[in-house]
Amino acid sequence: MTSIASTLKNGLMLMVLWGLSDTVLAAALDMRAGVTDMSQRIQWLHHLSLWICVVMGVLVFGAMFYSMYAHRRSKNPVPADFHESLSVEIAWTLIPVLILIGMAIPATTTLIEIEDNSDADLTILITASQWKWHYQYLEADIGYYSNMSTPSEQIQNLEPKGEHYLLEVDNPLVLPTNKKVRFLTASNDVIHSWWVPDFAVKQDAIPGFINEAWARIPVPGIYRGQCTELCGKDHAYMPVVVEVRPEAEFDKWIEDQRIARELASGQAVADRAKTWTMAELMEIGERVFMEHCATCHESDGSGQGSTYPALAGGDIPTGPIAAHIERVMFGKSDTEMQSWAPQLSDLEIASVITYERNAWGNATADVIQPRTIYAAR
Amino acid sequence: MVARAEDVIPQRSALWAFITRWLLTTNHKDIGTLYLWLSFTLFFTAGAMAMAMRLELFEPGLQFIEPLFYNQMLTMHGLLMVFGVVMPGFVGLANWQIPLMIGAPDMALPRLNNFSFWILPFAFGLLISSLFMDGGAPNFGWTFYAPLSTTYGPPSTDFFILGVHMMGISSVLGAINIIVTIFNLRTPSMKLMDMPLFVWTWLITAFLLIMVMPVLAGAVTMMLTDRHFGTSFFSAAGGGDPLMFQHIFWFFGHPEVYILILPGFGIASQIIPTFARKKLFGYHSMVYATAAIAGLSFVVWGHHMFATGMPLATELFFMYATMLIAVPTGVKVFNWVATMWRGSMTFETPMLFAIGFVILFTIGGFSGLMLALVPADFQYHDTMFVVAHFHYVLYPGAIFGTMAAVYYWIPKWTGHMYDERLGKIHFWMAVIAVNLTFFPMHFTGLAGMPRRIVDYSLQFADFNMVSSIGAGILGLSQVLFLYIVVKTIRGGEKATTQVWEGADGLEWTVPSPAPRHTFETPPEFPPVMNRDADERTPVSTT
Amino acid sequence: MSEAPRYHVPHSSPWPIVGSCALFVTAFGAVNFIHQTSEKIGAEGSFGKPIFYTGLAMIAFMFFGWFGTVIRESIRGMNSGLLDRSYRMSMAWFILSEVMFFAVFFGALFYARIISVPWLAGAGTNLETHLLLWPDFAETWPLFMTPSGDATQAMEAWGLPFINTVILVTSSVTVTFAHWALKKNQRILLGAWLGLTVALGATFLTLQVVEYIHAYTELGLSLGAGIYGSTFFMLTGFHGAHVTMGTIMLTVMLCRVLTGHFTSDNHFAFEATSWYWHFVDVIWLFLFTFVYWF
Ligand code: HEA
Ligand code: HEA
Ligand code: HEC
Ligand code: CUA
Ligand SMILES: [Cu+2]
Repeated sequence: MTSIASTLKNGLMLMVLWGLSDTVLAAALDMRAGVTDMSQRIQWLHHLSLWICVVMGVLVFGAMFYSMYAHRRSKNPVPADFHESLSVEIAWTLIPVLILIGMAIPATTTLIEIEDNSDADLTILITASQWKWHYQYLEADIGYYSNMSTPSEQIQNLEPKGEHYLLEVDNPLVLPTNKKVRFLTASNDVIHSWWVPDFAVKQDAIPGFINEAWARIPVPGIYRGQCTELCGKDHAYMPVVVEVRPEAEFDKWIEDQRIARELASGQAVADRAKTWTMAELMEIGERVFMEHCATCHESDGSGQGSTYPALAGGDIPTGPIAAHIERVMFGKSDTEMQSWAPQLSDLEIASVITYERNAWGNATADVIQPRTIYAAR
Repeated sequence: MVARAEDVIPQRSALWAFITRWLLTTNHKDIGTLYLWLSFTLFFTAGAMAMAMRLELFEPGLQFIEPLFYNQMLTMHGLLMVFGVVMPGFVGLANWQIPLMIGAPDMALPRLNNFSFWILPFAFGLLISSLFMDGGAPNFGWTFYAPLSTTYGPPSTDFFILGVHMMGISSVLGAINIIVTIFNLRTPSMKLMDMPLFVWTWLITAFLLIMVMPVLAGAVTMMLTDRHFGTSFFSAAGGGDPLMFQHIFWFFGHPEVYILILPGFGIASQIIPTFARKKLFGYHSMVYATAAIAGLSFVVWGHHMFATGMPLATELFFMYATMLIAVPTGVKVFNWVATMWRGSMTFETPMLFAIGFVILFTIGGFSGLMLALVPADFQYHDTMFVVAHFHYVLYPGAIFGTMAAVYYWIPKWTGHMYDERLGKIHFWMAVIAVNLTFFPMHFTGLAGMPRRIVDYSLQFADFNMVSSIGAGILGLSQVLFLYIVVKTIRGGEKATTQVWEGADGLEWTVPSPAPRHTFETPPEFPPVMNRDADERTPVSTT
Repeated sequence: MSEAPRYHVPHSSPWPIVGSCALFVTAFGAVNFIHQTSEKIGAEGSFGKPIFYTGLAMIAFMFFGWFGTVIRESIRGMNSGLLDRSYRMSMAWFILSEVMFFAVFFGALFYARIISVPWLAGAGTNLETHLLLWPDFAETWPLFMTPSGDATQAMEAWGLPFINTVILVTSSVTVTFAHWALKKNQRILLGAWLGLTVALGATFLTLQVVEYIHAYTELGLSLGAGIYGSTFFMLTGFHGAHVTMGTIMLTVMLCRVLTGHFTSDNHFAFEATSWYWHFVDVIWLFLFTFVYWF
């Protein structure tokens, strides 16, 4: 029995040593400092509370371990019999109160600044849906979707995983440096949460309400985060990527987006004018399907039980065309089948419908043209 | 003294005897045993689900289970651990011990007691069967936030809702029974301020249960009507608010986490004095602190919602209120240390678990305090850091507490001493594995790993692997625990009446194993303890 | 301590297990029943309805059997003052749990009135919610027009609801008179006052049904009419369910009175019922104030 304290001590030593072993050392043990003033102040707050806890822990556990060592029966056969002391009780009620006040003050001042969303230079409306983000630049009237771009082969362990596995998107949010950017978060379906650790911005996106947060980012770079509120099946696959560019570059980017949008509308007109062949549509359709639909309906259209209906041989994909177009464009309310009309172009919708009607043994031979979709909008 | 109408049951057959003994029983000891076994069974079930999650999280990528199934495992693990393991475990201990500790002949309402128990297997049957239903089990986390659980929940959600209603009925009836037993059947010479702390903490826990289980029932009722009867409590389109669900849930949920820990505090307060051979330090302040924790627990729920966009003043209020809880909890921790101070300690398995409880719970409490700081919580919230926090308070807290209690009282229940050597192995295995499993989660959380994700980016891989290995060892250690318990039931060194040399209290005045009926006449309090540890009491059963 | 009161510990009882089976069958049936009728899930061909009713019947059976046993024990004099105290305390704590149950729904009502509806209309820091999501929505209570545009009318307080208030308050008084009569052992008066209470309870329920029909057919006030309709029906409906339970309990008491049960000093079942009835009455006063009046 004498070994109890030393065993404990050895155990602790082991844990510390293990904590320092090289694989582990490579990974960060600390809260990320981030790049904004706020994220750094929060890290400071984290350190403050952590060290207070460590000191309290050392005192409390130190006393305990000392007592276990010195007051074990073999050393101290006759126990003392004190069991009450008002003054001691008062002391260890008051001292923690003072410590807590010491923590609460910096926390309060920091919080007050965090909650000050006024005087923003730029406002982004972030709309979440299962499982992607939509970014709208309210002042510039630009908006686009941001989907995870990690290929499913990497997730299924068929290919080696890339450096930014799960933390990469097709269209990152682009922001300027040194501007107060206000984020408005909203959601189309369930609650999501938009988080970029390096900005210390984490704000829930709640359907029907809009929340606010802000950041002023001094350092250009690419910052990665994730959705942090359980939002269904692919909650793990909803990364946030923010590209911060120096102001001048940002302005240029905004200008480029404007031009690109005009070009796209020209492109859309051209797509509508053209009559597409089945083969062309099937090729585009397959790509669109794999990118957007396969997470639920599976790449072979077999669905997942009754939760996600099978499209191979399904009623709608083999039934009337109008119903099929309707379902894909406008979705079905209150289910995970959302409306795709906002995200996909006429050509993409036309081709994915054509694909669904002619793949996996669905042999309807229907060819849907982009102009049909345009008319249905 | 005690009137028993049907003292002699006609013995029709072995089966009938079994049924009357276990299904129709009104005996607090039998019912306590039933609760404990239910809790143990579900511990393995929910633990197996945790193993499934840890297996999937062993490496990045999808290896074993699909994302949707992961979410089901997560939800069922959380729900079963909270409602099926810790709560019935504590109720089982209450059933066994409270009448013994206050000198009552049984629980105040014995039939109601059996009812409370037998609702549970049905409720959990309903819940677990949802795994096999079309669309799968509930998959929205144990907190079942709307609208993921309302509009988007699978059909089995409704079975879950009714299951929660049933658990609620069971808990409320059980809590009423405990309160009435304590107030009404306490031996007359025991004043309230003489009661053992386990009884005190349970009294307060029962009060919390009565206050908050109906709130949970109300929340799921509104979910049901939102899902099927067109109401819009949790939908902004009709003027409601998804956040209203969270407010209601956490108004229940925060007191709930204290329901999961207060009896554990009571257990530590029984065991530490016994093995320190010294009276509990600061009995009165222990009682007041427990009451203060319970009172504060009603006004801190918002700390789970800091990232939901609450107004500044609300956030500040909840931050301050939450931080305040550290004060009474600190008082308890300091009192335990002071109890050990200058005692004459030995370290049998219950003591080891109790000490493990105090230390590791305090670590979990510290991380809780850090979470309470709103700005910092913006970084911690919904990351693995939170998972680390609550497993520290729940596993080495609630579960170690229960295990300490089992080791402490099992000689009284079975009449046999458990195997001390195996018990110590169990403790060391568990303590190492718990830290191996849950400590790294602090780091992954701080580095930015969200919780409730089936797959993660490469930077988190090392720590997750460590966690998974730890979880495997932790699982094995529980198998050892099962073995120890079964072994103790089947035989072992005879336990004395006193069992522990330093033990104090009425439960140690009845023979080991405790006869089926005890204290048919109210005993004198304080009891005259038989300090002769070698005394062998003849085993008597009625 | 030989004169200490006897505490009755029954040896075994089938009723708890019957009760838990009954709850299970009811729950299982209820869900299947709901799924059958729900267009969202549409599980045709399951036997939800009969299972649900079987469950309810089993619950009723359990109550009869269980309380029957307790009554027999009481008549045989196996109940002590101590047991009586247990029953009293239990009932009081049970009512506290019911208070909390109602508190949730009142909480939902206040949340909607003080927080969600104003926020949706842009109060506090929610200007953007108003501007970007619900530009046409204006705050009113009762909520005549939901954010998504469903319209409804409000229930007038001073019509049926006020009459119902008078009825319920009166019934609380009559049940107290019945209690006094019982204590003085005036059996005829007891039966009369109790009968009157039952009648008042039944009238209340009938009027409530009339009111619901009025709401659905004339006011467009339904469960689906937004948060006003949701809280209105949840609170009044949950209360109505309690009045129904209370009326059934009072009816049972009436039957027992008529068969000569209860004595002037041993009638806890009667008292528990009247506590319950007063509780339901007090809840109604809150309901009348916050659901109908203000
Ligand atoms: C047994 C269960 C239990 C217990 C006891 C606690 C105790 C505490 N918890 Fe924890 N908590 C949970 C279970 C529990 N918690 C669970 C399950 C969740 C997650 C739910 C979910 O989202 O799924 C959670 C989440 C949670 C959050 C939300 C995090 C988030 O989602 O962002 C917060 C935030 O404030 C919090 C705080 C606290 C605090 C301050 C305490 C305090 O009571 C702790 C007090 C104790 C001490 C502080 C240590 C001892 C004190 C001293 C030695 C005194 C001196 C010390 C100082 C002055 C520093 N908890
Ligand atoms: C009392 C409560 C309690 C307890 C004891 C535990 C115990 C454990 N928990 Fe859990 N946990 C919760 C309550 C609890 N948990 C809650 C509330 C959540 C949140 C859910 C949510 O987010 O909604 C959670 C979430 C949670 C997660 C987070 C997942 C995520 O966010 O992505 C993880 C991941 O590692 C985890 C792991 C574990 C492990 C490894 C154990 C181990 O300690 C378990 C050890 C026990 C055993 C393993 C049993 C032994 C049995 C065997 C080994 C037999 C094996 C059988 C077969 C193989 C057939 N738990
Ligand atoms: C988030 C998961 C998800 C994604 C992604 C998704 N769907 Fe669906 N889809 C569903 C669900 C759920 C339904 C069933 C809706 C219901 O209840 O009828 C559905 C139904 C359908 C149907 C009707 C099937 C039938 O027979 O009832 C079609 C067609 C369809 N989806 C096409 C698509 C296309 C095309 C895409 C991609 C552009 C897509 N889906 C992406 C979830 C999804
Ligand atoms: Cu979106 Cu999680
Ligand atoms: Cu909490």
